[in-house]
Amino acid sequence: MRYAVHRLLQAIPVFVATTFLIYAMVWSLPGDPIVALAGDKPLPENVLQALRDHYHLNDPLIVQYGLYMAGVFLHGDLGETFTGQPVSELLTDRWAITAQLAVTAWIFELVVGIGLGVFAALRRGRLADTAVLAGTTFVIAVPVFVVGYTAQIVLGLNLGLFPTAGTDEGWPTSYLLPGMVLGSFGLAYVARLTRASVVENLRADYVRTAVAKGMRRSRVIGRHTLRNSLIPVVTYLGVDFGNLMAGAVVTEGIFNLPGIGQQVFQSIQLQEGPVVVGVTTLLVMIFIVANLLVDLLYGVLDPRIRRG
Amino acid sequence: MTVHKKARGAAVLLAAALTLSACGGSSGDTSGDQGGKGPKQFSVALNEPDHLTPGNTSSSYSITVLQALFDTLVVIDAKGQTQMRAAESVTSQDQQTWTIKIKPGQKFHNGEAVTAESFADAWNAAAYGPNAWTNNYYFANIEGYDKLNPEAEGAKPETDKLSGLKVVDPNTLEVHLTAPFSQFPITLAYTGFAPMPKAAFTDLKAYDQKPIGNGPFALDGEWSHNQQIKLKKFDGYAGSRPAKSDAVLFKIYASRDTAYTDLRANKVDLLQTIPPASAGEAKKLLGDRFVPTASGTMDYLGFPTFDKRFQSADLRKAISMAIDRQGIVQAVYNGTFKPMASLVAPLVPGYRDNPCGEACAYDPAKAKALYDKSGGIKGTLNLYFSNADPSYEQWMQAVANQLKQNLGIADVQFKKIPAADYLSTLREKKEDGPYRNNWVMDYPSPQNYLESMWGAGNRMGWENKQFNDLIAKANAAPSMEASIPLYQQAEDVALAEMPMIPLWNWQDQAGFSNKITGVAIDPYSPNLDTITVK
Repeated sequence: MRYAVHRLLQAIPVFVATTFLIYAMVWSLPGDPIVALAGDKPLPENVLQALRDHYHLNDPLIVQYGLYMAGVFLHGDLGETFTGQPVSELLTDRWAITAQLAVTAWIFELVVGIGLGVFAALRRGRLADTAVLAGTTFVIAVPVFVVGYTAQIVLGLNLGLFPTAGTDEGWPTSYLLPGMVLGSFGLAYVARLTRASVVENLRADYVRTAVAKGMRRSRVIGRHTLRNSLIPVVTYLGVDFGNLMAGAVVTEGIFNLPGIGQQVFQSIQLQEGPVVVGVTTLLVMIFIVANLLVDLLYGVLDPRIRRG
Repeated sequence: MTVHKKARGAAVLLAAALTLSACGGSSGDTSGDQGGKGPKQFSVALNEPDHLTPGNTSSSYSITVLQALFDTLVVIDAKGQTQMRAAESVTSQDQQTWTIKIKPGQKFHNGEAVTAESFADAWNAAAYGPNAWTNNYYFANIEGYDKLNPEAEGAKPETDKLSGLKVVDPNTLEVHLTAPFSQFPITLAYTGFAPMPKAAFTDLKAYDQKPIGNGPFALDGEWSHNQQIKLKKFDGYAGSRPAKSDAVLFKIYASRDTAYTDLRANKVDLLQTIPPASAGEAKKLLGDRFVPTASGTMDYLGFPTFDKRFQSADLRKAISMAIDRQGIVQAVYNGTFKPMASLVAPLVPGYRDNPCGEACAYDPAKAKALYDKSGGIKGTLNLYFSNADPSYEQWMQAVANQLKQNLGIADVQFKKIPAADYLSTLREKKEDGPYRNNWVMDYPSPQNYLESMWGAGNRMGWENKQFNDLIAKANAAPSMEASIPLYQQAEDVALAEMPMIPLWNWQDQAGFSNKITGVAIDPYSPNLDTITVK
């Protein structure tokens, strides 16, 4: 418990530093977001002025940041987009979609990744092992948009196995294909990590002892080997959950899922500081919580860590 | 409609009947789509609009929605002619004081009557500086605009009403302009001039989310950001174009490639922007459900004529003659765009096929001779464009290669500017070389192109009294017909001096599913009211 509180306190400076950095970075992008907003048509100077005042764009960086943070903590106000939509409203709309996508991808990674890893480890050096190795190398090498568009056209459009895009059919149907695409990269890592770790542990003394004692093979693998092998895998899966939330930009674009990733991308282009900072803040918090959970989970998997 | 299409429709019906009888015992409805008695609804692919208040958006995605929600005073038909819609007539003796008669008996979706005041209120709000609405500058030529937009920084306007707008009676609006303007009626077709009900002004923010219009469709529920916008047929509609279907569902996409995939999968019924790269495939797949539409959008290559190195008209013409427009359009835009030898787009009344003549024809030998005669360019030639779309860089590279090969310009560099910074770079005249210039038409009048881009205070820093006088004369001409020859003369002046080279005219490619008929997309509107659901 004290450990958990300690970890949460550590998060505060991380939180302040990241939000300020992000704000400063968005602020330092070249160009005038208000002029860009108007496109090819000129906006009269007084209109530009009114818009800049509204978004405090004429104030120095530190004042803007201060005003923004004051809004967040005093009024729970995350600011508004350049089209006048409150960021908090925008996030509640989009959050659920990204979370559903990330969870789908994560489950896919976890179940199929660990499964493939164990499968390959038990058949080390044989054809199945080589096939898993080749397959995962391929997935890691191919960019996600290629996987995404190909899966969409082949599995969605031509074969009709999955909806092509959008969220019309809800969870899980609409999220299966994008989840698999998003999770494919992590899956490859999980599979290889699991394989390496299981192979190593299968050679360990305690496993040999267990086998020598005449213990059933399923128990040797499932209870003794796997439990020890999963520590690096759990670390990866924990960190990767945050990655999945943040890294869904491309996948959300291809499958037209109006989630957080899509929003961040649009907002960076429009230089909408409040949105970028608002989203990043939440992502930072997710990373912190995910890492905390991973640390706590270590204790469950390996009692030595808990006591130490 | 062609016989071919009917035959195909029959085949589809037959197939559907067979399928139905084959699985007669099962539950039947599989998709939740409009089988049988459900409301006749179709879906339209859209990008997220920025606003839905008519005075506060110039985004083409917003306008697609607004054109279904609102009836403007006049409209432009498929042939580019002005037709009355909410107005009975728009007339003037001197082209400066305009009298607009509004058709009586029209209603907003909330039951309020559409009157002269509905228009005056909407226009005042758009012209009021502190509101900071996008279409503010459209009202700059109405008397009293200065008062609503004081020059001094932070000054608050003393009034929020344009003195040039007079509500004579509920059906008559009088508009006083600051100068004669023969094109005024065409401008009224723009959705920025749509009326707003009194109910809008109690909460403008809420109105932007749930606009109340006077068109054949009304909003059904709220605008669900980044997901969908639902419209339903407005039963109290008394205008000239009642909706032929019960509902429209705008599905919002972030990528047009995805929207196109959904069209192929029959998940969306109408897509107005098939990506140029997929045009060939879409043509094959969709057959007569592939609809190319002319567009008013043009690309140009502008010169900084304020820069000493670009002050020779011969030099600018030589560059124009050294560019192979046809070749670039083929290579970069799949042949969908049209090479231009005119400053205005083909759909604009008064367009001529080739007023540019020799100066826009690809001729490397003549180009080189003219280039040498002009003295050429010393030093580096910088080409400016923004990073908003990868195709800009592609065609600029082609232009650079042609200038190197055909004119022997040794040192050509690219200045790729972030999209957010591009227009302010041009506005502040920071460029020192030719730049990509794009124009999206507001209304089909040569004036919209010529005065906006070559008129006073233009980006090129080009000034020509003869040109300005001809534009002023055309604006004051007694009728639209009388104004055309004068605009054409002005165009000739601009072409002779060539401060900006016409390159090509865009084209849109729409496609629709076999679930809908009566699609009548034209360059001015998708005309969603004419669509029926099978």
